[in-house]
Amino acid sequence: MNYLIKGATLPGGRRADIRIEDGAIVLIGRAGAAEGAKVVDADGLIALPGLVDVHTHLREPGREDAETVLSGSRAAAAGGYTCVHAMANTYPVADTAGVVEQVWRLGRDAGYVDVRPVGAVSVGLEGRHLAELAAMARSAAQVRVFSDDGMCVWDAVLMRRALEYVKGIDGVVAQHAQEPRLTEGAQMHEGVVSSQVGLAGWPAVAEESIIARDVLLAEHVGSRLHVCHVSTAGSVEIIRWAKARSIAVTAEVTPHHLLLTDELARTYDPVYKVNPPLRSADDVEAVRQALADGTIDVVGTDHAPHPREAKDCEWAAAAFGMTGLETALPIVHQLMVETGRMTWAHVAEAMSARPARIGRVASQGRPLAVGESANLTLFDPAANWKVVPELLQTASGNTPVAGRQMRGRTVATFYAGRPTVLDGRVLEGVAG
Amino acid sequence: MKHLLSAADLDHDEAVAVLDAAERMAATQAREIKKLPTLRGQTVVNLFFEDSTRTRISFETAAKRLSADVINFSPKGSSVSKGESLKDTVLTLGAMRADAIVVRHPASGAPSRIAGSTWTDASVITAGDGTHQHPTQALLDAMTIRRHLKAGAGDLAGRDLAGLSVMIVGDVLHSRVARSGVDLFTTLGAEVTLVAPATLLPVGVETWPAARFYDLDRALAEAPPDALMMLRVQRERMSSAGGGFFPSPQEYTREYGLDARRAAALAPHAIVLHPGPMNRGLEITSEAADGPRSVVVEQVANGVAVRMAVLYLAMTGEKEPAV
Amino acid sequence: MATTEVLDGPDISRAVLRIAHQVIEKNHGAEGLVVLGIPTRGVPLAARLAGAIAQIEPDWAKALGQLDVTMHRDDLSRAPTRTVGLTAVPAGGIDGATVVLVDDVLYSGRTIRAALDALADLGRPKAVRLAVLVDRGHRELPIRADYVGKNLPTALAERVRVLLSEVDGRDAVLIDGATR
Repeated sequence: MNYLIKGATLPGGRRADIRIEDGAIVLIGRAGAAEGAKVVDADGLIALPGLVDVHTHLREPGREDAETVLSGSRAAAAGGYTCVHAMANTYPVADTAGVVEQVWRLGRDAGYVDVRPVGAVSVGLEGRHLAELAAMARSAAQVRVFSDDGMCVWDAVLMRRALEYVKGIDGVVAQHAQEPRLTEGAQMHEGVVSSQVGLAGWPAVAEESIIARDVLLAEHVGSRLHVCHVSTAGSVEIIRWAKARSIAVTAEVTPHHLLLTDELARTYDPVYKVNPPLRSADDVEAVRQALADGTIDVVGTDHAPHPREAKDCEWAAAAFGMTGLETALPIVHQLMVETGRMTWAHVAEAMSARPARIGRVASQGRPLAVGESANLTLFDPAANWKVVPELLQTASGNTPVAGRQMRGRTVATFYAGRPTVLDGRVLEGVAG
Repeated sequence: MKHLLSAADLDHDEAVAVLDAAERMAATQAREIKKLPTLRGQTVVNLFFEDSTRTRISFETAAKRLSADVINFSPKGSSVSKGESLKDTVLTLGAMRADAIVVRHPASGAPSRIAGSTWTDASVITAGDGTHQHPTQALLDAMTIRRHLKAGAGDLAGRDLAGLSVMIVGDVLHSRVARSGVDLFTTLGAEVTLVAPATLLPVGVETWPAARFYDLDRALAEAPPDALMMLRVQRERMSSAGGGFFPSPQEYTREYGLDARRAAALAPHAIVLHPGPMNRGLEITSEAADGPRSVVVEQVANGVAVRMAVLYLAMTGEKEPAV
Repeated sequence: MATTEVLDGPDISRAVLRIAHQVIEKNHGAEGLVVLGIPTRGVPLAARLAGAIAQIEPDWAKALGQLDVTMHRDDLSRAPTRTVGLTAVPAGGIDGATVVLVDDVLYSGRTIRAALDALADLGRPKAVRLAVLVDRGHRELPIRADYVGKNLPTALAERVRVLLSEVDGRDAVLIDGATR
């Protein structure tokens, strides 16, 4: 099937028709007759290259009660994504070629997005021995991003070795920066709110001290470092300093750290419990500024689905994490684009081009141009909708923005030339 | 007042009203017949996920003096170890038609979760949650302080703690007693001073409405208290495994313990409080604990009156229709 | 809404004085009398009554107190939470005494039922009498007053308000509601 997208607004602001044939973009400009192509009216819609998430938890294998590769892929497509990086903290852990290939195949079978498995840095995420990184890199999954996400690679020697080792496979270590001793039993950001609500604090320095160490290690061994979910003003300062020294560091911020603060912990509703924790208003402003000025390179969702019972309990007993794939773009739109802090071209960089480059995904994050694979999404910035967890594609209900009004929504997503979402609805049976 | 989750829920007039009601309750407890028919036919569940015989008995006595039926449920070591969730426990109590649930839980905010949930429509009263709040302790402390330092002539009713200086010494970081106390005493107009090693003060304490000292002797000299509250120090806090918050019990006692010398230096009218149970020889010596300024035993008696008042205020009044 | 003043200040004073005489007559003097007012307005009324009795019987020890009935009420879950009032019994207690309960308005009888229960918690009087300024009828319990300032037949829709200078700044008994 061929498609003709009529009257979309490109990231640069120009209006154009986009013709898709055999999975590729064959025309951008003024198209004539449909010539048998299915016409998609994109009047008033923003066309963006398909979004790429560097940080997604799809939970399969092992926690299919929270999410499967299929349900998570559908959620991703609904949010405008055409590629997600599936984190390694599954059961079993994605620390071997076998597991990453399984995830990769599940993604291919689902057919909604390019599922790129992330490999564990250490065996079992235990932080002791390097996993077989090269085997994962050379597998069908072609893993390039390695992370013990959820666990910090806290041992400086292991981190050094990992950074060195991935140089040989053009990989990157994505670090979850959390000094473990400083965060024992931690429940939320350590500050004014934690002092009052009596929840054990997760100090900003526990994140910042690891980032400081890691950028120095990356500089020392000349390797690539990616910092997951930056959440504090101090982290931003360290990354800014590292980039000024030309250290090969990239950084990510989540939609929830752009939007929400630790004040929400006063509700004791564990839907707001996340790692790293929601921080102060000053931190939120710092990460917004850092995303706008490029110190933070990408928006990563850290989409972390959990079954209801993991959140339907007291705060301390609840799991960390919140979902985000389906609300990331509306939140960035509202916070960064509507406020004039980012252009759509900048959004395309932060949510598609740069994450694809970090993950070395050649077919993704490409500009909307003739000859490129047709990965793109159409976003209606004028749409208003209320987040109802039950109506989302993700199998879990732990969205932190339930009941909130979102501005803008994905109307259509094309993955490798085929629609996965049309008229705002996720299509069935897209696997070809 | 449907729930009492935090001392911060009470504004000045509400806090005074609870203390006034507690005085009325206390008066009934001086009689030969102590039992009142007030809550006849209602059920109070003491849901204690953490051991505390003292607090449980105090609430139980209060409820029984008001003729409520009392069910004590301590899931610790039974259902919880079998993996039963807080939700299922509360649903079970709902099925037993509890009118009020008194909750003690090691997790901060657990009572708030119960009160804010659809699991039950019972009144929820916090009897200590994690390191968050213990509002009835603060109320009984305030009642004790008011009796001693605000009596003057006539009825206590309507009086607050304005103009009084309350000093809280010890492990503020882990103390729900301290958090409740700071909230309530300042609401009632008292000046609060916290004294602790910096390791036992939370980050963020600088925004609390309280002065801070690291040096007890200096604090006693510069902010002489009318009421001095010594917090319990848990011995496990000192080992490095538990966090190493202070080097040794001996050093803690030297720096922060209330001994006869420090007690003697207090103003003649000053009183000494301790929420109990006391570590004699650690945060307080026996001389100070049993001395004339100590009101520790009165605190226990006032606890029953305060809890009667809280149960009365939470469990009477128009009930929302059952859905 | 129509408001009618059915008793003025001098009317109330006369009623209290008359009740004082009746109490003494029935008791054959003031010996053993304990006067207890029921908050709120029963308390100043009791003080006035005790004052009147003491004027007539100067040897009486003026055993005056107040009895809060809140904790014994049977309607605590039907109305907004009530403030618990003060109970104060004269030093001699009530055992063996003749207690005169004083309230402003006698209506359903439920307050007096609660008062009798509250009294039983305090001791065992020889006898309990009831004095009210106004009896407006509509009893729901088998209770009657021994001494009544004024019988005031009312409709259920009407509201009787007793104002006393100690509480309200002036003395009056008013009826709000249906035109009479």
